[in-house]
Amino acid sequence: MISVIVAALLVLGAGFMNLAGLGIFRMPDLFTRMHASTKGASLGVALLLIGSALHFQDLAVATKALITVTFIFLTAPVAAQMLGRAAYAKKVELWEGSIIDEGRGHIGASHVDGLEETEPETKKIIKT
Amino acid sequence: MELNLILQTGCWIATLLLVLGMAFAFLRLLRGPSLPDRVVALDVIATMAIGVLALTSITTGQKMLLDVALAIAIITFLGTVALAISLEKGVFK
Repeated sequence: MISVIVAALLVLGAGFMNLAGLGIFRMPDLFTRMHASTKGASLGVALLLIGSALHFQDLAVATKALITVTFIFLTAPVAAQMLGRAAYAKKVELWEGSIIDEGRGHIGASHVDGLEETEPETKKIIKT
Repeated sequence: MELNLILQTGCWIATLLLVLGMAFAFLRLLRGPSLPDRVVALDVIATMAIGVLALTSITTGQKMLLDVALAIAIITFLGTVALAISLEKGVFK
């Protein structure tokens, strides 16, 4: 009975990670790619580790898996946010179908054509 | 350590899906137009390596591999943050 649950968790987690890889390959833009990859990969690796913890039925293994899952859930958004902000400040192009650009005038300088560069308050934080 | 048939089939399918996703991420790593694309692809590949380690620990019965998974998670986070900071400071042109 437990092996059925473990197999289902493994296939589900690997499917989520496959979707993350597919998203990072097919999405049109760095930011949409990041949106696909971070969430999909985090959920997939959490399911895989919970599956391995259920398979071994051992307290040490379960603790290690729980620590790894907690660490990934805490650090993946931080890393993605830092990388996205750095890429936005470095004027990586948005997809031409984007309908909103909330970082304009706040992160780095505006990189949309025809708009003058503004001096945002966050620029000091970025430069230090 | 022997696994029953359901678990064995599940491990095969999961390994196949993971390797396919890793191949997609590797293609993005090869042809990413900008440097942050490549950093994101590397991040995803490292997360998938953690998944592969969890699968391998089940198929071989080695509990030690989960320690390696934790170490890879820590090193990946540090590497991504370091690359993001150096990108923002303009180390890479």
